[in-house]
Amino acid sequence: MSTVKQETRLRDVLGISALRPDGVAKVTGAFSFSSDMWAENMLWGATLRSPHPYARILSIDTTASLLISGVSAVITAQDVPGKATYGLISADQPVFASEFVRYMGEPIAAVAADHPETCRRALAAIVVHYEVLTPVVDPELAMLTTTEQIHPDGNLIRHQHILHGDASITSDITVEGNYTIGMQDQAFLGLEAAMAFPDSGGNGVELHIATQWLHEDRGQIAACLKLPVDNVRLVLGGVGGAFGAREDISLQVHCCLLALRTGRPIKMQYSREESFFGHVHRHPAKIWMKHHATKEGKIVKVESRMVFDGGAYTSTSPAVLINGITHTQGPYQCDNAVVDGYAVRTNNPPCGAMRGFGVVQACFAHESQMDKLAVACGLSPVDVRLINAMHTGDKLITGQVMESVAPVERCIRETDAIPMPEPLAADANVLEFPGGSGRTADRHNIVRGVGWGVSMKNLMYSEGFDDYATARCTLTNGIASLKFATAEVGQGFVTLAPQIARSVLGVDDVVLETSDTQIGSAGSTSASRQTWMSGGAVDGACRLVRERLFEHVGKLHNIDPIRLMIEDTDVIDTIGTFRISVAEATQGITLSETFEHHHRKTEDLDANGQGNCHVAFAFVAHRAVVDVDIDLGLVKVVQVATAQDVGRVLNPLSAIGQLEGGIAQGLGLAVMEEIIMDNGRVKNPSFTDYLLPTALDAPNVVAIMIEEPEPQAPLGAKGIGEPPCISVTPAIVAAIRAATGKALSRVPVRPQDICL
Amino acid sequence: MNKSIGNEMYTLRINGQDRAVKDAWVGESLLYVLRERLDLPGAKGACEQGECGSCTVIMDGDAVCSCLVMAATAVGADIVTVEGLIEKDPSMAATAEVIAGQITDVQQAFIEEGGVQCGFCTPGLIVAVHHLLDKNPDPTELEVKESISGNICRCTGYGRIFAAVEAVIQVRKASR
Repeated sequence: MSTVKQETRLRDVLGISALRPDGVAKVTGAFSFSSDMWAENMLWGATLRSPHPYARILSIDTTASLLISGVSAVITAQDVPGKATYGLISADQPVFASEFVRYMGEPIAAVAADHPETCRRALAAIVVHYEVLTPVVDPELAMLTTTEQIHPDGNLIRHQHILHGDASITSDITVEGNYTIGMQDQAFLGLEAAMAFPDSGGNGVELHIATQWLHEDRGQIAACLKLPVDNVRLVLGGVGGAFGAREDISLQVHCCLLALRTGRPIKMQYSREESFFGHVHRHPAKIWMKHHATKEGKIVKVESRMVFDGGAYTSTSPAVLINGITHTQGPYQCDNAVVDGYAVRTNNPPCGAMRGFGVVQACFAHESQMDKLAVACGLSPVDVRLINAMHTGDKLITGQVMESVAPVERCIRETDAIPMPEPLAADANVLEFPGGSGRTADRHNIVRGVGWGVSMKNLMYSEGFDDYATARCTLTNGIASLKFATAEVGQGFVTLAPQIARSVLGVDDVVLETSDTQIGSAGSTSASRQTWMSGGAVDGACRLVRERLFEHVGKLHNIDPIRLMIEDTDVIDTIGTFRISVAEATQGITLSETFEHHHRKTEDLDANGQGNCHVAFAFVAHRAVVDVDIDLGLVKVVQVATAQDVGRVLNPLSAIGQLEGGIAQGLGLAVMEEIIMDNGRVKNPSFTDYLLPTALDAPNVVAIMIEEPEPQAPLGAKGIGEPPCISVTPAIVAAIRAATGKALSRVPVRPQDICL
Repeated sequence: MNKSIGNEMYTLRINGQDRAVKDAWVGESLLYVLRERLDLPGAKGACEQGECGSCTVIMDGDAVCSCLVMAATAVGADIVTVEGLIEKDPSMAATAEVIAGQITDVQQAFIEEGGVQCGFCTPGLIVAVHHLLDKNPDPTELEVKESISGNICRCTGYGRIFAAVEAVIQVRKASR
């Protein structure tokens, strides 16, 4: 494992491995996750879901369900007082299906009852008659106008073309391939859960919810409830991981509707099986890609066609698609490009945000291509990437100039310099073999391979969206309190925010107020954006308060405020000898300021996919070493070496946790994680059948963080959450190719892809 | 509450105390009874199949998934949850910080080594690591990995969790 330098923690300011303020509560079991809530007089809520991927609803009879003792309410589409649909980009998803169900697991009704078992019986007693229809599950067929359109908005969610440079240019070397990416699940541990309290005589509701974006949820919920947004208050419930799966509405509207209907607190929580149907997944994609290059291996043109299966409803598909196609070139220079991307509606489960957001799919294709190019030009995987590495100032295939710090070469070189692991010992423990505790591998069948992956990832939202963040800082009696609606989902913003306040204000005691909708939006905890955006907002609010503090001290002691600065925990005069502690200087006064951080404006893409659509970028390189049992098709990822462009490390312990955690998720997509579909039906909605990396699957991660502060970023730090999970997947697959000689054009790589 | 569905009455021995369970439905899991009836929400439910380990408790000296134990069959068993680790063995509170925070050395190490992110898997892992070190005070790295491979963590990639366990092993070794 990587080692983290353990510095002496005098003050938990920026750059120090400050510890989580919620750590004690989390290790003792006292931390309140949204599923841990309980209220006097509460009822349980539960959801009835479609067993069919596509069907017409002929009738719904709730009579028998309502007669069950302990059942307080049964609601369907006709009980939704406001907007019948919701959605992040397009409100095309019904709160409850009424005419058609368009995917397996679509909600049809919800019940409130005194016990989860009563809920189960109540759901079983609802009689729904369906006319089962043939599902449309192939996106290639679905996008044809001759195919049945399964939604009034049509089957093609979005098509975007990119034309850059000379479309007709060719070169000496061409390599091409078709690549398939399977449907991955975010598989956060803390299942969807919420508690809703009705108030204002049935005209308001307070929802405690595990989500990524309180304000976005509130807007969608209020519209469906037909309530003013001020009557809908959201409070962040303890969140057990997110990874994109909590961006969309799941049980929010159902829970509020039941609370308003019954006049009692409603607790809802999904089971693991229901969770697989209750949130969106990573888009499965099919990608054709062709590179034209010189004999020396320099890329001349990239061509690609990407098809993303969006499932039944839009969710964030249009944005995922744009991320995918605008990252076709990867972290490489490329002057000419022709790309077409399609996000398509089918009767598969809705797909949307997951860590990496479209770039994961594109990266698997472009990195597989880079290895083909290396072979075609007689270059090593490292050299072909170095020759083409992008730099700051290069023009992207969207015409946008790369203004971010772009240390692609450094990422590759520093990764390359990390020592290789020891060879598998002749007497190695069987637990170290592929297959781990299955103890099935044979030492003589194990072959080692090495592979590379490098990636570029946009940070923040794109295409003209102003995903600003808000924070308030209040300083009194030497204590700073911070208020923001930022969703802490595990990433550690609750650790970082006090570090910022300590650095800016010279205080040690920082109180975090409740994250709720009683302040402006913080935007979503996604797109690697909260350190930059909410961090920028906290930094901005603290700086405004510091200005007020200097004015106050300057006035009181007759010093020009411009001469004052913070040193450790004191306000000092930079010219004279005056010094006063912040605690003393703020006795009896309260200074409070609110700040909104906005990133620079971005633009929509035009018809040729040209425009400054992204805010900023981060880069990373991964080198994977694998052992493969070529007889059984089992893979053990031995080591992942990585050098990541992070801008600036604000908390080394949190940062390494993001890198190692992301690498494990990328490993999952490479060799084990896939939601298996059969004609619109999910075949493996459980942790028994959907496999996740365990402690024995975890590779030895050796990580280097490249610190070249990003001038655009408020704290010099880039977002670091998504890059770790992106290029590790193609690196692992390349290593398996090296070990086996197999072409391997899909992820996850299954045993049968290796040994048959 | 629940009068319409259950009327079972029994007593469980949890963290050294006899806890009465009233008006329960016989189909309730130990996890449900701990969380919803006995105000012990430390054990978490994340898979209901014994795959993820979030609900790990100690039952008669064995680490078990409380989601797979029918509560009414646990009568007579000695059950320890994450909430009961300190009470079970106060000597584990070895350092001043640990005593001040009323947490065990394993819990302290998880915080200090970065083994906690979202924290949903954490209580189950804490119980599993205590159980491992009780049975095997000096496990190899592979033994640690195998013994916690029934506890899934989705956030950390396990690196910081290994570091936490290793730190506890070293401190305990030095103090022996």
